[in-house]
Amino acid sequence: MAEVDIKNYCLNFGPQHPAAHGVLRMVLELDGEVIERVDPHIGLLHRGTEKLIEHKQYLQAMPYFDRLDYVAPMNQEHAFCLAIEKLLELEVPERGQYVRVLYCEIGRILNHILNLTTHALDVGAMTPITWMFEEREKLMEFYERASGARFHAAYFRPGGVHQDLPPDLLEDIMAWTETYPQMIADMEALLVDNRIFKQRNVDIGVFSAEEALAWGFSGPMLRSTGMAWDLRKSQPYEVYDKMDFKVAIGNAGDCYDRFMIRIAEMKESLKIMRQCIEQMPGGPVMSVNTKVAPPRRSEMKRSMEALIHHFKLYTEGFKVPEGEVYAAVEAPKGEFGVYLVSDGSNRPYRCKIHAPGFSHLQAMDFLCRGHMLADAPAVLGAMDIVFGEVDR
Amino acid sequence: MTDNALAGLGDHIASSLENEVASATVAFGELTVIARAEHIQKVLTFLRDNQECMFKQLVDICGADYPGRTKRFDVVYHMLSVQLNQRVRVKVETDADTPVPSVTDVFPAAGWYEREAWDMYGIFFADHPDLRRMLTDYGFQGHPLRKDFPLTGFVELRYSEDQKRVVYEPVKLKQEFRDFDFMSPWESAKYVLPGDEKAEGDAAPKKEGAK
Repeated sequence: MAEVDIKNYCLNFGPQHPAAHGVLRMVLELDGEVIERVDPHIGLLHRGTEKLIEHKQYLQAMPYFDRLDYVAPMNQEHAFCLAIEKLLELEVPERGQYVRVLYCEIGRILNHILNLTTHALDVGAMTPITWMFEEREKLMEFYERASGARFHAAYFRPGGVHQDLPPDLLEDIMAWTETYPQMIADMEALLVDNRIFKQRNVDIGVFSAEEALAWGFSGPMLRSTGMAWDLRKSQPYEVYDKMDFKVAIGNAGDCYDRFMIRIAEMKESLKIMRQCIEQMPGGPVMSVNTKVAPPRRSEMKRSMEALIHHFKLYTEGFKVPEGEVYAAVEAPKGEFGVYLVSDGSNRPYRCKIHAPGFSHLQAMDFLCRGHMLADAPAVLGAMDIVFGEVDR
Repeated sequence: MTDNALAGLGDHIASSLENEVASATVAFGELTVIARAEHIQKVLTFLRDNQECMFKQLVDICGADYPGRTKRFDVVYHMLSVQLNQRVRVKVETDADTPVPSVTDVFPAAGWYEREAWDMYGIFFADHPDLRRMLTDYGFQGHPLRKDFPLTGFVELRYSEDQKRVVYEPVKLKQEFRDFDFMSPWESAKYVLPGDEKAEGDAAPKKEGAK
């Protein structure tokens, strides 16, 4: 039989493919069904957030952070607030810190629900997403009751959180944490021992701890290799050092481990949320430093000084001392960092956003080489990519 | 991590790399190392492999633009040591023409970070395997995060019904772009207030920076 010259096949994956998790265009070079090379083209959702932030005052720049990783908005705001507070050397009152931690963990569960169920959807399991999105809706209701917005909350402010929690909210969140473990159990029953799900995920997209560090992975991606690295534990911020929780790690470094880590993290988040509610102290939620934090509405009715401060803060904004800081939080996807340079004026001079998804997606070529085409969505799904933060 | 321990680490880095590192300072509880751009590969390799540093992870590379300087760009490397639970920031200076050696050989993660810095600032990285644009549109002109690049950009695009394709056109603003600084003219404004230039003696406007 004569030799046949087979050429590699080039395939455009996305930007309209549902498994591309948004607007990812990947140019795949295939040899039959085996992936030879992956070239992700990103930037289709680039909005120039960093440029816009340079033209806004610090407080006006806050809402842009909701729109980065729009799946867990408050975790992003948190990093920006921490960076500003570091430059201002500003203390957040204890109740404010507890509220922040509570809402960060709600954000983590929001994110993991979306990622776990869409990951399952990508590899063929339709049901989890229909069950779990109801729970997401309940969590977004908690967002709404605290901040007034389901998604783009702009709730964390430099110095604390914008307003105190309404009455009964904590009881309702507590009641929800009692019912939610059953939902996790239901989802686990569908997926964890499911043969098809395991065939699609076990031993797919494997990497070692050294490779994960070299590629700049963080969050569940890094922990799936067995590295117990969690910024909430190793570089605790707010009141995480008072919380009793465990860091979930894997051992194989494959997609299945990353899935299981996220499930375990949801259970740990519930534990943190319960502790927050039980230990929640009284007092103000926002710093009493009037040069940064706006006065309460009721004060403004009586105090001339409060009125002046309000006017100054919402026109001129507050000035931040000169310097540069890097503040990072353990966002649901990994280390979300903000490098903030201030020139002493009321606007950031430079604000670089380090998104975990950016480093993860970069390794797509390294992770997918030699895998089958059908494995690419599984690798991508377990990576937890949201284009708001990758493209900025 | 206390400031003393960080300062000690900074001294160790500065003394081990006398020719490559200009200074190491601690501010806001963070260590900043100023390095010479041509030696950046050596500095990062040292930080990665030295037993007292172990910065195995390159978290981020970014540019920053300071148009007033002769070497207008900073390239900022953020590194993390998982073993020692420490962070370090390495900064080098460059201008639009001088390339910075690429560190993709030291950290594979540098690939996209450097592409982004090239895209956003036009900082050129020598020996980068694939220095294409990263975030901007295919065929984009200019480097948008430079301070002299306008916020509104130069071109806008729309779908043309006549040509049946997307067309690029110069930006047309219905209203001139307004960039208020909202600074209080009595406290922080760095310009001379209108009318103040006529004053003499004690009332004359003070030099820039003075309040």
